[in-house]
Amino acid sequence: MKRQQFQHPYLPYLLVAPQLAIILVFFVWPAAQAVYQSFRLEDPLMGIGEFVWFDNYASVFDDRQYAVSFVFTIIFSTLVAFFSMAIALLLAVKADGILHGESAYKVLLTWVYAVAPAVAGIIGTFLFTRNIGPLYNLLVSTGWTFNPQVNVFDASFTVILVSVWKQVSVNFIYFLAGLQGIPVAVREAAKIDCKSELRRFWTITLPLLAPTGFFVLVINVTYAFFDTFGVIDTMTRGAPAGGTSTLVYKVYQDGFLGLDLGGSSAQSVILMILVLVLTAVQFRFLERKIQY
Amino acid sequence: MKSLRTLAVAAAGLFAVSGSAHAATEITFWHAMGGQLGETVNTIAKEFNASQSDVVLTPVYKGSYEETMTAGIAAFRAGEAPNIIQIFDAGAATIINAKGAVKPVAGLLNEFGTKFNAEDYIAGVRYFYADKDGQMIGMPFNSSTPVLYYNKAALAKAGVEAPKTWEEFEVAAPKLKAAGYVPLSQSHTPWILSENFHSRHNLQMANDENGFDGVATEIMYDNPNMVMMFTKLKSWMDDGLYGYYGTKWNDNQKPFIDEEVAMWLGSSGSFGGLKASAKFDFGTTYLPYWKSVISEGQRTFIGGAALFAMSGKTDAEYKATAEFFAYLTKPETQYFWHRETGYVPITEAAYELAKSDGYYDANPDAEVGIQQLSLDGGEWTKGYRLGYYVQIREVLQREYDKIFSGATSVPDAFKAIKEDSDKLLERFAKTVK
Repeated sequence: MKRQQFQHPYLPYLLVAPQLAIILVFFVWPAAQAVYQSFRLEDPLMGIGEFVWFDNYASVFDDRQYAVSFVFTIIFSTLVAFFSMAIALLLAVKADGILHGESAYKVLLTWVYAVAPAVAGIIGTFLFTRNIGPLYNLLVSTGWTFNPQVNVFDASFTVILVSVWKQVSVNFIYFLAGLQGIPVAVREAAKIDCKSELRRFWTITLPLLAPTGFFVLVINVTYAFFDTFGVIDTMTRGAPAGGTSTLVYKVYQDGFLGLDLGGSSAQSVILMILVLVLTAVQFRFLERKIQY
Repeated sequence: MKSLRTLAVAAAGLFAVSGSAHAATEITFWHAMGGQLGETVNTIAKEFNASQSDVVLTPVYKGSYEETMTAGIAAFRAGEAPNIIQIFDAGAATIINAKGAVKPVAGLLNEFGTKFNAEDYIAGVRYFYADKDGQMIGMPFNSSTPVLYYNKAALAKAGVEAPKTWEEFEVAAPKLKAAGYVPLSQSHTPWILSENFHSRHNLQMANDENGFDGVATEIMYDNPNMVMMFTKLKSWMDDGLYGYYGTKWNDNQKPFIDEEVAMWLGSSGSFGGLKASAKFDFGTTYLPYWKSVISEGQRTFIGGAALFAMSGKTDAEYKATAEFFAYLTKPETQYFWHRETGYVPITEAAYELAKSDGYYDANPDAEVGIQQLSLDGGEWTKGYRLGYYVQIREVLQREYDKIFSGATSVPDAFKAIKEDSDKLLERFAKTVK
């Protein structure tokens, strides 16, 4: 067999160059800057400072608030990813089975996708406003002494609820598309073989939906880590007691608001490593179990 | 071809016109005054430009205080800093300690304008953005101070007077509660009940002369008076005598507007907004103090922001900047700013003008802030200059939240405040050379 070869060996490099340039300029260079900055302690204006090796990392791990933020981020991300995926899957399965007026359901379930996280946060703020917000009043009427301004649990509840609500629609779109991609022949064969709808879901639908589910999981973890920033900034700003400050929000507070460039760079490098590890774990251990 | 020639002629004409107009020096002014405040800044800029032909000032709104500061810093590092930038109180240490980043106002005025005289400025604003010798580094711009607002009808119903001291508050509060009110709330615990607590009682806040003489590395918030104040606040809250509605300004102001809370500690600059939103008659008085700590309450600190002249500019631009500062501190300009925004006038002359104009006869509440800033001062009422103070305020808010939710005890909270703040100050000190 004859191997196909380009006549000019540098043509392929030329063709991928624009893509590489984008990656270098927008991803590699800023990440390298963050790593460099994380080893320095300097004043933000004159840039006078010193190389401090791992001092910034040491003070991050020495910061009691960082531990709080870390634990909150893990709990928050797990809950947001789990609930937004579970609810979306349920809605997608139900919407998939609808015969009449299905597009109306689809439109109604997807349009929240168009809402920006910050706007979702502002809507959430209105809904939970003391004495006026409908959801505030609803929760208080159940006998819950609901006080998100002071109580960390209550405040976490509000940001998780809004973050889940915001993400359900995106997940719904993917799950619905995934469901519709399952061949009709397979479904019908399953229907003949098995009467129980629930059993059919667990044994046929879910495994066939796994590739979609895996992809959705990866984007949901990223969403919970990074894109919920807008929700938190507009709703709680990390309060009360720093209890709703995610790791990303803390990077913003220390770096952008507080101008501690070294400290916040160290935090973002840690965050970068954390997300890399998380994604690697997902690909390594989960993806193996999935049949495409 | 013909059209091309017309274009060239037109362009040449345009250059000729703009050339003659551009004998004036252009300077930019980045600020954080949004909404109505921004309109007032624009009016001042427009009138300044119309008042003379040498300088054209362009004000640019850059978002919140933090956004303005970050934008200014990024621009400075890129060599494209504005001539004037507005920096807020908590960020002052960062810009002042960055040696060579700004041209001190006193020096700027001496060199390029009229001679700087600290005595021209009212006592409470004179030192806050100055160096330890009283030479102004930043020009105080929008200055306010914490005051007590009270619902007149609520106090009359309970049969009490507005408290001058916390001791008087302790007597009045149960009566207000009996009359169906939460007696008190306040909107900024770090500013009102921490920083200004020290100023009002003439207590030291940090080492190195509150950070004026060098770079402070030790905070002194964990003093017995602060522990006493917050132990009282917590017990008042438990008894229904104090309402704590979290860390957001409006969340604490709203119950006062809704007549749920009888008295509210806010900013002297809140006056205009309150007048528009409160549907009841309210009065204004000084921030209460503890008679047990000091026999007579001292003057308070200013909050708000100051204008800084960025370095690395031409002499013509410095001269233009000095000219704008001179215009800004004119009594008429200050009086206009005071009336429109509720911020205090920063010069004695402007204060005199407002008085002689009869402004305070019609609006006695508008004078309370400046009167409080003109009270007697002591060693510790000049101000404070602390690095990473934005983060320190965050630490304060966090621990206060824990006190009021019952998650921690008052002494433990202040222990944590001391430890975390000192770590931050120490880190900041390393960035200063």
